[in-house]
Amino acid sequence: MSVGDLGFFLIVAIALVLLAGEAVAHPSQFAQVLVFGLADGAIYALVALGYTMVYGIIELINFAHGDVFTLGAYVGATIMAFFAGASEDSFLVANLIALLITFPVVMLIMGAVNITIERVAYRPLRNAPRLAPLITAIGMSFLLEGIMFLWHGPATVHVPDLLPHGAGFQTTIGGVFISFKDVFVVIAAAILVTLLAIFINGSKLGKAMRATAQDRDASQLMGININRTIAATFFIGAVLAGAGGMIWGLYFNTITYNLGFRTGLVAFTSAVFGGIGNIPGAALGGMVIGLTAAFSDNYIGSKWTQVVIFGILIGVLVFRPTGLLGMRVPEK
Amino acid sequence: MSEPTTVKKPGSLWARLHLRERIKDRDTAIYGVLLVVVLVWPMSTYYATGSSFLTSQAAHAGTWVLLAIGLNVVVGFAGLLDLGYAAFFAIGAYCYALFASFQLQSSPLHHAYHLPFWLMLFVGMFVAAAAGAILGFPTLRLRGDYLAIVTLGFGEIVPQLFLNLDQWTGGINAIGSIDQPSLPGWITGPWAGATSIAILPNFNFSYDPTAYYVLVVIMIIIAVVLVTNLHRSRLGRAWMAIREDEVAAAAMGINTVTTKLLAFSIGASFSGFAGAYYGASFGLVSPDSFLFVVSITVLVMVVLGGMGNITGVIVGAIAIYFVLNNVLVSLPTNAESFANAVGLGFITKTNGDWPGLAEEARRLQFLLYGLILVGMMLLRPQGLFPSRVREQELKHDAVVEEETVAEQVPAR
Amino acid sequence: MSDQQPATDNILELTDLSKRFGGLLAVDSVGLNIKRGEVFALIGPNGAGKTTLFNCVTGLYQPTSGKVMFDGKDITGSKPHQVARLGIARTFQNIRLFDYMSALDNVRVGHHVRMKAKMWDSLFKLPRERKEEAVITEKSMDLLRFVGIARQANKYARNLPYGQQRRLEIARALATQPKLLLLDEPAAGFTPQEKVELMQLVKKILARGITVFLIEHDMKVVMGISERIVVLDHGEKIAEGPPDEVRKDRRVIEAYLGKSA
Repeated sequence: MSVGDLGFFLIVAIALVLLAGEAVAHPSQFAQVLVFGLADGAIYALVALGYTMVYGIIELINFAHGDVFTLGAYVGATIMAFFAGASEDSFLVANLIALLITFPVVMLIMGAVNITIERVAYRPLRNAPRLAPLITAIGMSFLLEGIMFLWHGPATVHVPDLLPHGAGFQTTIGGVFISFKDVFVVIAAAILVTLLAIFINGSKLGKAMRATAQDRDASQLMGININRTIAATFFIGAVLAGAGGMIWGLYFNTITYNLGFRTGLVAFTSAVFGGIGNIPGAALGGMVIGLTAAFSDNYIGSKWTQVVIFGILIGVLVFRPTGLLGMRVPEK
Repeated sequence: MSEPTTVKKPGSLWARLHLRERIKDRDTAIYGVLLVVVLVWPMSTYYATGSSFLTSQAAHAGTWVLLAIGLNVVVGFAGLLDLGYAAFFAIGAYCYALFASFQLQSSPLHHAYHLPFWLMLFVGMFVAAAAGAILGFPTLRLRGDYLAIVTLGFGEIVPQLFLNLDQWTGGINAIGSIDQPSLPGWITGPWAGATSIAILPNFNFSYDPTAYYVLVVIMIIIAVVLVTNLHRSRLGRAWMAIREDEVAAAAMGINTVTTKLLAFSIGASFSGFAGAYYGASFGLVSPDSFLFVVSITVLVMVVLGGMGNITGVIVGAIAIYFVLNNVLVSLPTNAESFANAVGLGFITKTNGDWPGLAEEARRLQFLLYGLILVGMMLLRPQGLFPSRVREQELKHDAVVEEETVAEQVPAR
Repeated sequence: MSDQQPATDNILELTDLSKRFGGLLAVDSVGLNIKRGEVFALIGPNGAGKTTLFNCVTGLYQPTSGKVMFDGKDITGSKPHQVARLGIARTFQNIRLFDYMSALDNVRVGHHVRMKAKMWDSLFKLPRERKEEAVITEKSMDLLRFVGIARQANKYARNLPYGQQRRLEIARALATQPKLLLLDEPAAGFTPQEKVELMQLVKKILARGITVFLIEHDMKVVMGISERIVVLDHGEKIAEGPPDEVRKDRRVIEAYLGKSA
C-alpha cells in the first residue's frame, strides 16, 4: 500500500469515525440526514454515469452533460403538463399513466439530443487538438442553457408533483421522516443502474463499448463500428441523465435553467471519486458524494458544502488518483 | 565547425528593421496593426464619442488580454489544462483589495491597510504563483487530465472561500472603494477631454481613465516581450516538448515535474498580477467576479485565438471580449431599434407569453455565445491564428548539407 | 575475445535484471556487459522483452530486481531525465518526435540537458543566453547535417517522411551528448538503400566515441554492424557472442524458427 493510499484511507477512516460518533449521539438526526443524502446521491449517481462513460471512451469531460440532465427535467415538466387527468393533489391512475409514458419519452428524447450533440460538436473534432472538443462541449452547455433560458426565462419552473405524496405516503420511523418520494428515488436509480450493468456486461454493444474504451484502434480492427459505439455511449449516458432529470424534477418540483451546471460539476466529482471510466465506481461515487453533501449541509453548514465536495475532489486526486474503485481509461 | 547562422548585415536603421520582409510575416503584421490601433484609440474614440468610455473599456479588456497571455503559457506552451485560472485571478484581486481599502478595519484585525498599488501588483503576482506551486506540486506528476480536474475544483473552492470568510472579505457585500494608484505626475491632453497637453502633478488614477489604459498597454507589452523570450528559449522548448510527448521529453533529460510546475506557476503569476490590476481599475472586488465562467472565458480566448501563438491569443482575447461585452450586451437595444426602424415596433412590446423583443434578445445571449463557440471550433479547430514554425535563416546550411552527405568519413 | 574485462572497460553492466508485469516476467534475470566503443545488438523474437529491457535501463520502468551500472555508477531506479543527464540517450521503437515542433527545435530540445540558461536569463534575453542559443542552434544544425536532413530544419517533425523522422530522432538523441546511445529498431520499415545509409550512420556515430546499443530485427543490419549480440527469448538471455557464433547457435535458431527444426 502506497503512502497515498494510506493517506486516503486514513481520511476515510477519520470521516467514518466522526460520523459513527454522531450516529451514536443523535441517531434520529443522523438517520434523517442519511435518507436525504441517499436520495440526492442516487440522482448524482445517474448523472455521474454519463460523465464516466463518455470520459472512459473518448477522454472528454462532457460539460454539456449536466445540461442534458436539466433539459430532461424541462422536457418532462412540459410533457407531464399535457396529462390533464393527472392530479397533484391525490395519486390517481392518470398520474401513473402520465409517469409511465413521460419517463421513457423523456429518456429517448434526451438520448436523441445527446447523439445529435455528439454528431455535430464532438465527432468532427475527434482528431483535432484535444482542447477543441472541450470548448465545443462548453459551447454546447451554454447552448442548452440558452435554449432553456429562452424557453422559460430566468425564473424557476414548476414540475408537476405527480408522485404519491402527502399524509398517506409518508411515515416517521423512530423520529426519521421518510416519504414515498425518498424511497422512489433510490429504487428508481437502483433499477436503472442495474439495467445498465446488465447491458454493459451482457450485450454485444456493451462489449463493444468496453472494448472501445480499452483500445479504440484495436477495436476498430476487430470490426467494431467505432462511431456507432461512441454514439451509443452518448445515448445511454443521456438516457440516464434524462431519467435523473425527471427524478430530480419529481422530487424537488422546481428547476432552473442553470441547474445542470452545479449538479454536473458535483456529478463529475462523483465520477472522479469513484474512479473515472469505472461504471460501478460512478454509482458508488454518486452515493458517497450525495451523502457527503447531506452531512456537510447538516453538520458543517450548507455554505461550506461546495468547499467540502471540491476539497474531497482535490484530496482524492492527490492521494489516490485512481479513485475508489480504480480508473478505466483508454491506453495510450 | 562552420560559421554562425546569423550574419550581421550593415546598413541604415531602416534597412536593419527588414520592414518589407516583416510585413509578410503574419505575426509581425498583427503586432503592427495592434500597435497602431492602440496608439490612436484614446484620441480617436474621444473625438468620436465625446467621452473616455471606450478607452476605459479597452483598459478593462486589457485585463483579459493579460489573463489570456498567462493562460497561454500553461495551456498553449506546456499543454496543461487549467480550468481554475480564475482562482489565481481572485487571489491577486483580493490581495490588493484587502490591503488597499478600509476592509480590514471591520475585520478582526481592526486596522485598515493602504499599501501602495505598485507594490501590491507584485505581491499579488507572487502570492498567486505560490498558490499555483502549492496546488501544482502534488498534482503535476499525475496524468494530464487530472490537473484539469484539480484546477476545476480549486477554481470552485477559492471564490467560495472568499464568499464564506465574510468576516475578512465582506463576503457577498464585496470590497469597494479600493485605493487608486497614484503617480508623482501625469500628462493629460485632448484624448482625455483636456483642452491642451498639460502636466498634472500628484496624479491619482481616478482622475483620468486613460491612465489605466496606458498602464495596461505597458503591462501587456512587457508581458508579450517576456513571454516571447521564454517561448524561444530552453525553457519554452522544454514546455513544448512536454506538451508533445512527455515520455520523449523526459528521455531528453527534461525534468518534467519541475518544468510543468514552472509553467503552472508562471501562468498563475500572470493571473495574480492581472487580478491586482483588476482590483484597482474596477474599484470593486466581489466573489462572483471569479466564477467558473471566468476561467472558461479565458480558456476560450486562448483556444479560439490559436493556442501557443501569442498574437493569436491576444486577438482571441480582444475578439471574445468584444463579443461578450459589446455585441451580446447591446443586442437587445440594437434589435429593438432595428424593429422600430423597419416598422415592426409592435414586437418590442410584451404580449402574453412574448416578453418583448429586447427581453427575448437578452435571453438569446447565452444561446448565441454557445453557438459562436461551437461554430468557431468546428470551422477552425486550430484557432484563428495557429502557431507556425518560426523560420530560421538557414540558406547557406542547405548547401553545406550536400557536402556532408557525400562524405562518408566522419569529421573526427 | 576474452570474457574477463576490467569493470571500467564496460560502459553498461546489467546484473540479474528482472522486470515483472503482474504475472508476466518480461525480463528474466538478464546480465550483460557492454564495452566502451562497441556496437552491441539485442535481438530476439517479438515480445521477447527487448524494449522492456531498454525501458529499465533508461528509467522509464523501475526494474523489479537486479542492478544497472552505467559508467561505474549504480543507476538502478533513476528517473529518465537523470539517466539522460548521466549520458544515456535513446530512440523509440514507434518514433516519438515532438510533432508540432520544427526539426531544428527537436534537436535543440535534445541539447536541453547540456544547457545552462536559467529562467531569468531567458526572460530578459541576457547576453550569455543569446550566446548559448546561437551556439546550440549551430550545433543542432551540425547534427541535422550529420544525419543528412539539414534541409528540413524548418519543417514540423510530423511533416517529415518516415525515414527522415528516424534520422531526426537519432540527431535529437545525439544532441544530449551521450556516452551510450540506445537505438530501438532503427531500421524498421527502411528500404535496403536506407538500411545501408543507417549502417554508415551508426559507424559515424561510433567514430564520435559513442557506444551503440541497439535492438534490431533485420539480421543484415545486425550482422553488418554489431560486434557482439545478445539474444533474448521470453525475457531470458539465450545466447551471447559475436554475430557468427550466435547465428549458428541451436537455441537461437529454435527461438526464431520453432523447435521442429
